[in-house]
Amino acid sequence: MSAWEVFRFAFGGIATNRLRSALTTLGILIGVGAVILLVAVGNGSAQQIQQNIERLGTNTLTVYGGRFGPRAGTGTGLSSQHQDLTVQVAAAIANSDMTAHVKSVTPEVTTQATATYQGASHTISQLIGTYPSYFEAANSPVGRGTYFTNSDVLDARKVVVVGETVAEDLFGEASPIGKQITIGGVLFRVVGVLEDKGSTGFQDANDIAVAPLSTVQQTLTGYGALSAIVVQATSSDSVDVAQTEITAILNEELGVTDSSTTPYQILNQAQLLSASTETTRTFTVLLGVVAGLSLLVGGIGITNIMLVAVTERTHEIGIRKAVGAGRGAILGQFLIEATMLSLVGGALGVVAGIVGSNFTIVGVKPVIAPASIGLAFGVSVAIGLFFGSYPASRAASLLPVEALRHE
Amino acid sequence: MRAPAAETPEAEDAEARRPEPPVIDLRDVHKVYGEGTTAVHAVRGVTLTVDRGDYVAVMGASGSGKSTLMHIVGCLDVPTSGRYLLEGIDVSELDESQLALVRNRKVGFVFQSFNLLPRMTTLQNVELPLTYAGVRRSERRRRALAVLERVGLLDVAERAPRTLSGGQQQRAAVARALVTSPSLLLADEPTGNLDSEATRELLAALDRSHARGGTIVVVTHEPEVAAHARRVVTIRDGRVIDDRVRTRGAQPPSTEGVGPSSDGAAEP
Repeated sequence: MSAWEVFRFAFGGIATNRLRSALTTLGILIGVGAVILLVAVGNGSAQQIQQNIERLGTNTLTVYGGRFGPRAGTGTGLSSQHQDLTVQVAAAIANSDMTAHVKSVTPEVTTQATATYQGASHTISQLIGTYPSYFEAANSPVGRGTYFTNSDVLDARKVVVVGETVAEDLFGEASPIGKQITIGGVLFRVVGVLEDKGSTGFQDANDIAVAPLSTVQQTLTGYGALSAIVVQATSSDSVDVAQTEITAILNEELGVTDSSTTPYQILNQAQLLSASTETTRTFTVLLGVVAGLSLLVGGIGITNIMLVAVTERTHEIGIRKAVGAGRGAILGQFLIEATMLSLVGGALGVVAGIVGSNFTIVGVKPVIAPASIGLAFGVSVAIGLFFGSYPASRAASLLPVEALRHE
Repeated sequence: MRAPAAETPEAEDAEARRPEPPVIDLRDVHKVYGEGTTAVHAVRGVTLTVDRGDYVAVMGASGSGKSTLMHIVGCLDVPTSGRYLLEGIDVSELDESQLALVRNRKVGFVFQSFNLLPRMTTLQNVELPLTYAGVRRSERRRRALAVLERVGLLDVAERAPRTLSGGQQQRAAVARALVTSPSLLLADEPTGNLDSEATRELLAALDRSHARGGTIVVVTHEPEVAAHARRVVTIRDGRVIDDRVRTRGAQPPSTEGVGPSSDGAAEP
C-alpha cells in the first residue's frame, strides 16, 4: 500500500463531494484570510498612529493654554487676563535657571488664513506664527529653499515657509521660492517649502504655512494669547524631568495655587506614544482573537464534514476493510482528506488575506505581519490534522462487520 | 483430497500428525451480542474443520447464526469465545494490522449485496485488494484482468458497477475475492439477489474455482446452490445440527427439516 495510493483514495473522496469540500475549504479560507487581514489592519493602524506621533517628535512637550482643552487657545477670543499663555511665559521658561533639561522653547500661534497667488486661492488650515526653533521642535524641516531666521522674527519680516499642499495649490509645478503671495490680505515672500510630511489619515499635515511669530501677530492674530508653547527636551529620556521643570515655572508665572485646575495642559509626546502603542496592541490582539475564533469555527466545520463523510461512507470503509485495508490505510485516507481540505483552504486564505491587504480599510492601510501568515497557515493545517483525526480514527477502528451493517 | 472431516468433528487429536493444517478449524466458537438480559447468542459452540480443496455449503434458516459464523470465519468479526485457526494460525492472537493482512491474503469474501464500490470501475474494484496488498500498478492490472476474464467480464472491465446486471456485479465480486488467490473463498448468500440464469452462471464460476483447487464455503438456503457443494453443514440456533457429505445424485437437504437422522432437528 503506497502513500500515493492512499493519497489517490483521499483525493477521490474530495472529488466525489465537490460542493461539501468547497464549503469546508471556504470556512478555512475565511478563517485564515480574516486572521491575516485583521491583524494587518490592526498592525497598520498601530504603525500609522506611531508615525503620526513620532512625526511630532518624541522629545517635545506641548503646552496648551486655557481650561478648555488643547484647542481652546486657538484664536484670540478666549483670553482671560493673566492666565493666558503669552510670549512672556515662554520667555520665563526659556530664561529660567531651573530648566536644565529644556533644549528650546518655541511659542506658537495658530490660525486659519486664505492665501492667493495670481488668481489661485487656497485656505491654509494651519498658519503658524512661531520662532525658527519650531522647525526642529516640530520635526518639520524645510525641503526646498531656506528657513526664516531670528532676525526675521525681530524685524517682523513678511516671509513664510509653506507646506507641500499649499505650494502645489498655489504654484502647481512652478517653484514657489521667492514668490510673493497674499495671506489674509498681506503680502508674504515664500522662502522655503517644508518636506512632505505624509498623510496623517485625519488631516493633511502638508496643509500648513509657517511664518515669524511677530509677523503673524502683527498682521493676522493680534498680540493676544499664544496657542501653544512647544518645549523641546534635551533628549527623549529627559522629557519627564523637563515636564516637571516647566510645570513649576508655569504654575508660578500663571499664579496657579491649586494644581488640579491648571489653566494649561501639557501634552507629553512620549507618554502619548506609549499609551497609543498600548491601545493599538490591544486593538490588534482583539482583532486577532476574533479572527482566530473564525478559524476555530472553520476547524469545527472540518470535523463536522469529516464526521459526516465517515458516517456516510462507513459501509465503504467496511468493504475496504473486508478486502484487507489496514487501519493505517483508512486512517491515512481520511486524514489526508481533511488535511488537503484545510491546506487548500489555508493557501487560498493566505492569498485572500494578502490581496485584501492591498486595499485601504476604514482609512487604514493594512500592514501584513509575516508571523500572522505563518501562524494562520500552520494553524489551519494543524486544525485539519487535529479535527480530522478523531473521525478518521473512529472510522479506522471499526470492525469490518460493524462498518458493513451501515447502509 | 483428504477424507472428509465430517465424521470426526473434534479433530484436535488428529491435528498433530497431519502435515497440513485444515483451512478452517473452529473449536467451540461462541458469539454473543449485547450483555445481561438482552444478550443474543448468535453462535453457541460451533466446532468445525474444513480442509483444503473442500466445497462446503452452510445451510440454515435466517437467524440461525450462519452469517455470523461466516463473518467470524472471514475475520470480519471476532468470536466472543472459542478458538479459530485459519491454516493453523490462531486468529484471536492477531492484532488489527495482522487481521487486515489475513483478510487481504487468505480470505476472499463474496457478499449477498455485491458490495462493490460505486465510484470505481469494475476493474478498479477488482484491483482494490491488490492495491491494499501493495502490488505494483501494472502487475495489479494484469492479475485483475486475468481473473475478470475467468469470470467472463473482460468486456465490462472499464464500466461502473451500477451499469452491470446483478449477475455481472456478483461475478465481479467473485473476481475481487479471487484476485489475491486466497486460501479460502467465502460467499454469504451469493445468489440471494440473483435470478436463476445469473445464479447458474455464478455457480459455474464457483465450480471452476473449486476445480482449480480452491477451498469454498458458501452460505445459502437454496438447495440449488447446496447441490453444487461436496459437503453440506446445517446450522440451527447457532449450532451445527447436521454435517454430511453429499452422495452422488442425492437430493440436497431442504432448509426446513434437515432430515430425520439429525438429533433434535425436528421443527417445533
